[in-house]
Amino acid sequence: MKLMNTLLATSTLALSAGAASAIDLTMVSWGGAYQHSQLKAYAEPYMAEHPDVNIIWDESSAEAVAKLRAMNEAGNISWDLVDVTVSDSIRLCDEGLAKEIDFDEALAPAPDGTPASEDFGSTLVNDCFIPQIVYSTTFGYRTDLVGDTPPTTVCDVFDLEKYPGKRALQKRPIDNVEWALYCDGVAKDEIYDVLGTEEGQARAFAKLDTIKDQVVWWSAGAETPQLLADGEVVMGSTFNGRLFSAIAEQNQPIAMLWDMQSYDIDGWIVPAGLAAEREAVVMDFLKFATDTQRLADQAKYISYGPARASSAPLVGKHADLGIEMAPHMPTDPANAGNPHFYDYGWWADNRDDLDAKFQAWLAQ
Amino acid sequence: MSIARPEIPTPSLMGFTLPIMAIAGAFTGYVVGTAHGTPVPGVVIGIVVAVALGYVLAQFVPDRRIGRLGTAALAGITGMALVGTSGLIAGILIGLVLSWFAYWLSSGDYRASVPVYATAGDVLWHNSFKFVCGLIFFFLIAPIVVVLPLSFNAENFFTFTPKMLALDPEGYSLKHYRDFFTNSDWQGALWNSIRIAPVATLLSVSFGTLAAIGLSQSHVPFRRAIMAILISPMIVPLIISAAGMYFFYSRIGLQGTYWGVVLAHAALGIPFVIITVTATLVGFDRSLTRAAANMGAGPIRTFFKVQMPLILPGVISGALFAFITSFDEVVVVLFVGSAGQKTLPWQMFTGLREQISPTILAVAAILVAFSIILLTTVEILRRRSERLRGMSPS
Repeated sequence: MKLMNTLLATSTLALSAGAASAIDLTMVSWGGAYQHSQLKAYAEPYMAEHPDVNIIWDESSAEAVAKLRAMNEAGNISWDLVDVTVSDSIRLCDEGLAKEIDFDEALAPAPDGTPASEDFGSTLVNDCFIPQIVYSTTFGYRTDLVGDTPPTTVCDVFDLEKYPGKRALQKRPIDNVEWALYCDGVAKDEIYDVLGTEEGQARAFAKLDTIKDQVVWWSAGAETPQLLADGEVVMGSTFNGRLFSAIAEQNQPIAMLWDMQSYDIDGWIVPAGLAAEREAVVMDFLKFATDTQRLADQAKYISYGPARASSAPLVGKHADLGIEMAPHMPTDPANAGNPHFYDYGWWADNRDDLDAKFQAWLAQ
Repeated sequence: MSIARPEIPTPSLMGFTLPIMAIAGAFTGYVVGTAHGTPVPGVVIGIVVAVALGYVLAQFVPDRRIGRLGTAALAGITGMALVGTSGLIAGILIGLVLSWFAYWLSSGDYRASVPVYATAGDVLWHNSFKFVCGLIFFFLIAPIVVVLPLSFNAENFFTFTPKMLALDPEGYSLKHYRDFFTNSDWQGALWNSIRIAPVATLLSVSFGTLAAIGLSQSHVPFRRAIMAILISPMIVPLIISAAGMYFFYSRIGLQGTYWGVVLAHAALGIPFVIITVTATLVGFDRSLTRAAANMGAGPIRTFFKVQMPLILPGVISGALFAFITSFDEVVVVLFVGSAGQKTLPWQMFTGLREQISPTILAVAAILVAFSIILLTTVEILRRRSERLRGMSPS
């Protein structure tokens, strides 16, 4: 009986605690330094202004599509705002799992009055996706393992004679096949035409074959910095912010190779089917978190470029180190000499096919 | 040694001790050589050094203490000269092991723990068995032991830095432990685990014990079928239970709540309690409950005063398993929980995937220490209670 009473008492306590008047928003992101920058630049200032809103983080962006599908089937949407890559946002938008946004109405205009849709410009790629940052997947190399002539082009990754040793590449075809074709002599603006043919794909895999036994395949962004710090690999691709952190914050002997960096955009989607009053709070937060100043603030904590044109002049110094952040942005003119623009439309149509071919090639 | 053992003939130096020393040397040389990227020269040097060592110790140094300390000192100095502080430690260890091995072989000590009538085959079998047991123990423990020093790394990577290998105090730091105790994510996760695991354990133990007692009654129909259903969470792949629970709990509004996670973990813990309690019930004498009833005790009183104390060891070990199941569980909580119920294993999982931070190693070290303390305490309590009841610990 005593046991029963204790159980009842604890459950009542737990229930009453859950029914407090404050609203809990669950935001889904990628964890690590990136989520930390969102916490510092958006969430903490917002919670300071709105003490009744409490933001909880869930580091589940990697499986956002699968989980949102399951939530939709179960009729129980427990996420309020989800940080996804463009390609995931296209899938979620097509399946009706993400809410369509009227950008000029939902988002704040630039300080000079330019409407949001113009300020975000080409980073607005579909009707559901609210961009935050431009990042790139690019290479870093060990300065002490490359001799006196550090690599200058992405094709040095494919040059085992000049730079012997292991390389880290992401375990997916995206970016890797483009780099392979580029280094096999295909002009930059013809890469996707060549990749559209069977022979072109075979050519890309043949180029990758030349370094296959020297490649360490990674799937989490933190792996390449770890491998570089260990000296396990001579060079490796990862997100530029991860390399910035290893170089500037952890003082590792690593340098950036910006040639053919592959631009991508990361942003929010609002899950479809939230209750009306919840959605109102989410939209209010979204307006705040994507305004010009907030996006510029985020760049104090991580070296990703703000998605708004009006934020770029406001990018300042690193919050702890006090170094200028602008030269570390992938969009900085010094770094953007020869970038690669990843074709979302092409990949949306061909991804499943090339993923299967890539997996088969890996297993050979 | 009051009984005189028959004289064991000293084994042949050339035909026995030195060949085996050569094998041991080759193995050691291979390990050391691989660490420096030169396995083949390592093997050759290892064989030469080990054979010379075996010959010198067996022929000229009868005093074991001098022989072993001398070898260790020599090997340590060589290691120090070649590599540095880490070479000193490795050298001393290798010297101690190899010199012990040389005396163990050359003096015939390897026969000491087998009966005198054992054949050469028996002796070989006995010692290989011991060796394999030692190897298994090593493979179980080594991954855990590696984690402990890495958790004191001053860098933010899973790497033995040169400073750490040189035993430089600057290479070590407590910052990952500090991060664990000050970071609100980790503290929130710890607090959630502490709130969930004991309640889930309590539920598992209550229901599991009752189910085990009920199922041990011979008159219950379909005992085997019911038992199989209750045990199924242990057998069905976790991901299937998790997906099922996710959809079921979503319908009834338990998904993403504290009680949802507690109930899910209780369901996972119940099979462990049923199995351990059923095992102790096999040795329980039913006539004791009849005797209690004969003396006027009701079923509830009989249970708490007679049956419960006797099956307590089973209940406690079941509770321990249930607790650890809940405390270690990551798959089900990822489905059934929401971000508000993020437990320690969940936090470790996302931490490993998104950001390889040694804070995870600090947490792992703390959990290892915690598990050792928990298991030791339970074992001490169990022995004490058995001693108090006049039973010998079995």
